[in-house]
Amino acid sequence: MFMSGFGGQGVLLAGTLLAHAAIIEGKNVSFLPSYGVEKRGGAAHCTVVIADGDVGSPVIGNPSVGVILNQLSMDKYARKIKVGGICIVNSSLVDLFEFDRDDVEVISLNMNAIAQKVGDPRMVNMVAVGAYAARTGVVSLAALAAALKLSLPERNHKYIPANIRVLEAGAAEIARNGEQLVL
Amino acid sequence: MGAIEAGCRYYFGYPITPQNDIPEFMSREMPGLNGEFIQAESEIAAINMVMGAAATGARAMTSSSGPGISLKLEAISYMAGMELPCLIVNISRSGPGLGGIDASQGDYFQAVKGGGHGGYHMVVIAPASIQEMYDMTMHAFDLAEIYRTPVMILGDSVVGQMKEPLIPHRRPKTEFPAKDWALRGTGGGEQRVVKSLFLGDGELEAHNWKLHAKYQQLQEKEARWEEYETSDATLIVTGFGSAARIAKSAVMMAREEGLKVGLLRPITLFPFPVQAFASLTARCKKVLDIELNTGQMVEDVRLSVARDAEVHFYGRPSGTGSLPTPEELLEQIRRYL
Repeated sequence: MFMSGFGGQGVLLAGTLLAHAAIIEGKNVSFLPSYGVEKRGGAAHCTVVIADGDVGSPVIGNPSVGVILNQLSMDKYARKIKVGGICIVNSSLVDLFEFDRDDVEVISLNMNAIAQKVGDPRMVNMVAVGAYAARTGVVSLAALAAALKLSLPERNHKYIPANIRVLEAGAAEIARNGEQLVL
Repeated sequence: MGAIEAGCRYYFGYPITPQNDIPEFMSREMPGLNGEFIQAESEIAAINMVMGAAATGARAMTSSSGPGISLKLEAISYMAGMELPCLIVNISRSGPGLGGIDASQGDYFQAVKGGGHGGYHMVVIAPASIQEMYDMTMHAFDLAEIYRTPVMILGDSVVGQMKEPLIPHRRPKTEFPAKDWALRGTGGGEQRVVKSLFLGDGELEAHNWKLHAKYQQLQEKEARWEEYETSDATLIVTGFGSAARIAKSAVMMAREEGLKVGLLRPITLFPFPVQAFASLTARCKKVLDIELNTGQMVEDVRLSVARDAEVHFYGRPSGTGSLPTPEELLEQIRRYL
């Protein structure tokens, strides 16, 4: 999977979390971060390859799942998602009007609003990861919850319950609204 | 982690992206291990601190990235001349100059062809995974000590910043020659001198022949490489480090399509696995070299293959968005089959 947004949206933490969860699930995994030199607001993306066998290349041309958190990422990367793949979009910041692919499944979630309602506006990444986990079944919510401990520095462990709530909210959106949201 | 397991307790460095994870980790770990972590005032200071520690026979290291390594080259040349074991890690940037922080293999020439002055070599190892980074760091310290030479681990932001599962293990037991050269105080015994200045008649020539013999021995004994699906291949894909990792996926994709493609990945860049290229190209006459630059290792590939082998090259100099994908490399493979 490929995840892209801007610095501050938690793209790299989300990737790290998925990688740890995949290890907990007994899978092979690689997490490859990529970011601009800016501390905040620059481009940030990561590629997470989860495999039962050898991971092979950590660089992927056509990911099977793309998680798109802002408009710039939508314009640049949504076209790279594999035919038949899944595009999970943060509709709070992305306009889907000009997106003309009908060969991928689009899951559009108002991530900023969900994060704000259930936990904290900074937890947009957790909505995305929760939705990804629920839709693909690659990692379980239990593995993600356990992985938070490994992915967050100890000073932030007090936020783990809130992060779990937002993960669950992201997953619940898939379970509840899945049918209507798939365009 | 590999360095600490290998017994390294002296780290000296100066920050630069994309290798800051190493000093960050060392600054946390070294105090608890009774080791030394020093953030020096410059790259040059750091490598000279390594020189000082290495002269006492201690396992010491530094890490940096392209521009910082350029600054360290003078001292690296001195250490090659002084035959001091140490580890230098280069998680290279894209260049030239200040360049950028994207994955690049533009420092191959600098690492393998001396870089610094005076015609020395150092062992250069190019891991392609996190596990190999760990294993080869331990191996690097062992080679450094056995051959009394600086060793470089050459990587980029892919192998330098990627996260993957790692299976830690104890350092394999190795016999090392006595450190009868290390400067630890005479204790009333004979004086020891570690130097690179040889002014006596014939002294420097003899010293250089000695270094040359060491490089030949390394060439004969210590070249390492990975072969994948080479036995029936009609095209050998080669490359090192992260490029080879991406290329391996392209080779796997080609194999799924029934294309007879194999991979030869040099793990040591000096000594270069000349033997492997020579023996494979005695049978398979086509080689495709893939690098994240406009052609550096390809020169060594051309020198190593059988005379009638064709060597093709596909490279992309680094910059944002220039990392080739397995799909892109598969297209290149199809071109030359």
